Amino acid sequence: MPLQSLDIKRMSATTVQPPSVREPITGTVAKLIDTTKCIGCKACQTACMEWNDLRDEVGENHGTYDNPTDMTENSWTVMRFSEYENPNGDLEWLIRKDGCMHCEDPGCLKACPAPGAIVQYTNGIVDFQEENCIGCGYCVSGCPFDVPRISKKDSRAYKCTMCSDRVAVGQEPACVKTCPTGAIVFGTKEDMKQHAEERITDLKSRGFENAGLYDPLGVGGTHVMYVLHHADNPSLYHGLPNKPRISPMVGIWKGLSKPLAVASMAAAAVIGFFHYTRIGPNEVTEKDEQEAAEAAKAAKAATAATSSPSEEAHHE
Amino acid sequence: MNNHHDASKIERYTANDRSYHWATAMTFILLAISGLAMFHPSLFWLSNLLGGGQWTRILHPFIGLLMFGLFAVLVFRFWHHNVMEPVDHQWMKQMPDVIHNREENLPHIGRYNAGQKILFFVLIFCMAGLLLSGVVIWRAYFSWVFPIGLIRFSALLHAFCAFVLMTSIIVHIYAAIWVKGSIGAMMRGSVSLGWARKHHRLWFDEVVKASEEKH
Repeated sequence: MPLQSLDIKRMSATTVQPPSVREPITGTVAKLIDTTKCIGCKACQTACMEWNDLRDEVGENHGTYDNPTDMTENSWTVMRFSEYENPNGDLEWLIRKDGCMHCEDPGCLKACPAPGAIVQYTNGIVDFQEENCIGCGYCVSGCPFDVPRISKKDSRAYKCTMCSDRVAVGQEPACVKTCPTGAIVFGTKEDMKQHAEERITDLKSRGFENAGLYDPLGVGGTHVMYVLHHADNPSLYHGLPNKPRISPMVGIWKGLSKPLAVASMAAAAVIGFFHYTRIGPNEVTEKDEQEAAEAAKAAKAATAATSSPSEEAHHE
Repeated sequence: MNNHHDASKIERYTANDRSYHWATAMTFILLAISGLAMFHPSLFWLSNLLGGGQWTRILHPFIGLLMFGLFAVLVFRFWHHNVMEPVDHQWMKQMPDVIHNREENLPHIGRYNAGQKILFFVLIFCMAGLLLSGVVIWRAYFSWVFPIGLIRFSALLHAFCAFVLMTSIIVHIYAAIWVKGSIGAMMRGSVSLGWARKHHRLWFDEVVKASEEKH
């Protein structure tokens, strides 16, 4: 880790409590993305590139404004543009800034086998520590939002850090700082929820009766939240999961099966040991050898007798 | 082979049988250790064997392919000895006699007992499951081909098959320590007449008969 941190709530592949004596008195932080204020200018994408020194390959136009078309190890956030025809027959252009949701119960962290490759700070930010990453891609399986990307260059996983380096020194994430419409705001999670509430009241008064906050409970809530015009159907926003949760298969794999399997294997070995000390080995005795030698001799004699009847089998 | 020089020995495994067995065993040990390192946090230190986490992640699947190949040869060489027969069911029913070394009560069996045959088929099931699921979760080359649901299922299947395989091998290793003479059979290739007759009577009869008919 580049900086020693005393503010770690959870650490991947670590069964003991990491250093966590300091707790933020004001609670955790959150980034609130108001899709109703977003104009799709991509300034946040640019700010992310600049602050993190990332430059993705220049791609090709695929007929949409999504550029690049997907998140990569070099594009930690991407604007998603969805065209939605509402029941009145009107077109709605739903734009969502996609990226890590910083889950309170992070599937990536749960799935990760490398100690300390994924940490969750006490402020709620989920961060990858690439020097500990082994490149297995389990975080990709664990994530309900399809966020982590494995670099082909160094086989390590990357995603949005919520500018943990900026937040650590009291600054807002780069995307927040740059957003020209104030669609992205940053603060304590409580403040952000309050702010969202005001926005939702306003939206409802303007006819968006399904406006609401996206802070899904299936992953314990998130530290990146959305204000949506259609909170009743988040999937309209480029497939934002309606009810995200860590897959039960990942839950079994990384939950009960781990201690159970290791304990069972240890038990098998221990049972073997006690079988050996209580019942003992199965050994061939001198008597067994003698009987076997006689049986072999008898068989030889029998064969000899059938091949040449004049020879008598000799019994001892 | 020893049995040509020593009438008190019977050949059980040829040099090739033994080489394929031990090569498979070596790859298994490397895979079990590196796999456990990625399975349970308390065992992550085992990743040092292959040179750290990244090397473990890189080498594990290649060693896995090698193990599957070697094991496939073993299957090809031994499958005809492992067909279940009626006597095997009787043998299984008398498990208490097996466990308490009361071998005189057991029915006479051929080259392999029912436990060994079951192990043979469990290993085939596990190896096939490990190969198929392993390809799906091989992030560096194949994972982008498969849908995420299948990758999650494969990760679980891989862990399950590996667990069954490792537990079976623990039993397999213990059985070899328990039944004296078994390790010698796989190390040097031969067993004593007494061993063969005590543990595998029908096989003993067959071998003795066959060897006499050759003379």
